[in-house]
Amino acid sequence: MSVLKLTDDNFENQVLRSSKNVVVDFYADWCGPCKMMSPIIENVAEELEGKAIVGKVNVDENSGVAEKYGIMSIPTIIIFKNGEVYKIFTGVTSKSEIMEAIN
Amino acid sequence: MYDVLIIGAGPAGISAGLYAKRAGANVLILYYGDSELEKAERIENYYGFADGISGKKLYDAGIQQAINIGIEVKKEEVLDLNKEENIFCVETENDRYCSKTVIIATGNKKLKPNIPGINEFEGRGVSYCAICDGFFFRNKNVVVIGEGNYACREAEELKNIVNSVTILTNGQAAKFELKDSENNQIKIDEKKIKEFTGNTKIEQIKFEDESTMQVDGVFIAIGEASGVDFAKKIGIALNGDSIIADKNMQTNIEGLYSAGNVSGGLYQICKATYEGAIAGMSAAKYVKE
Repeated sequence: MSVLKLTDDNFENQVLRSSKNVVVDFYADWCGPCKMMSPIIENVAEELEGKAIVGKVNVDENSGVAEKYGIMSIPTIIIFKNGEVYKIFTGVTSKSEIMEAIN
Repeated sequence: MYDVLIIGAGPAGISAGLYAKRAGANVLILYYGDSELEKAERIENYYGFADGISGKKLYDAGIQQAINIGIEVKKEEVLDLNKEENIFCVETENDRYCSKTVIIATGNKKLKPNIPGINEFEGRGVSYCAICDGFFFRNKNVVVIGEGNYACREAEELKNIVNSVTILTNGQAAKFELKDSENNQIKIDEKKIKEFTGNTKIEQIKFEDESTMQVDGVFIAIGEASGVDFAKKIGIALNGDSIIADKNMQTNIEGLYSAGNVSGGLYQICKATYEGAIAGMSAAKYVKE
């Protein structure tokens, strides 16, 4: 499963109305640590294939979602359960921490 | 260009240097500031010292041992660590060094000041990386908390993005000097901080003298940059305040290793030397491959 590209326009449908748990990575292209987070998120997406949704939001292009969730540090990973924020991680987060939170 | 650049000259850093050098690598060790080992009055549980040894003596002997086998050892404060393509570069106050691999062996210096509210507002205005998060504070008012060159460096990163930047030394004397050109751009305040307050994000700093300051962002840069500070900037995965490394002491970034207290676990010399040895050998092997 590839990592979903989430935007201001599709966020509500893909994340908030999803019946599955969702992992969202807020990132920017210029952010060094975000580049290191990227392979971890891809790995999480592979492992969660069919069980949960994994997506990423470019905060430069989607300021609406970034502002709604008060993103002031990237990378930030938010886990949504039933459309609600369940857990927030700031900074590069290991696969095991994300997996533990989603399960 | 070095093969292996090690940040830290305690038991982990020196052991990493010894093993990497013996494996044929071109090694540079950079260190600065107080070592946790140096402060230990007497060590009585390390192999081979029947009557114990002072931490300072063991620390100094380690550095001498590295110098004796031909390792370049320099006392310079590392202010930044970057990855450029497949090489790593560190910046010190006056120089820049690049290497194929880096081993972080800085020890586990305390990263966070003990200020009420700091945990609550992490990611909500409290940041540990100016270059990563400065973007979110465009035209806003921010402070950097710290008293050394590292705080000054973070303020320099921020000054052209934000509306105002003030370095708060939190009751300590400033140990840095601003460049003349920065005197109008960066303010300094040495008052002691009492707490951070706000609703959904940080909004105000209260000082011990009951005065207050409205802020949009707070960047933490206490003392010299620690291994965990570098980790946050470059994108190393952490578990709390410890760097996560695999059995070869490699982090989630290829060519970047950690060893000793900065990796968490048992805060003992035997563990630090073991991890240093593994990191040194792994880095040297990585360079050869």
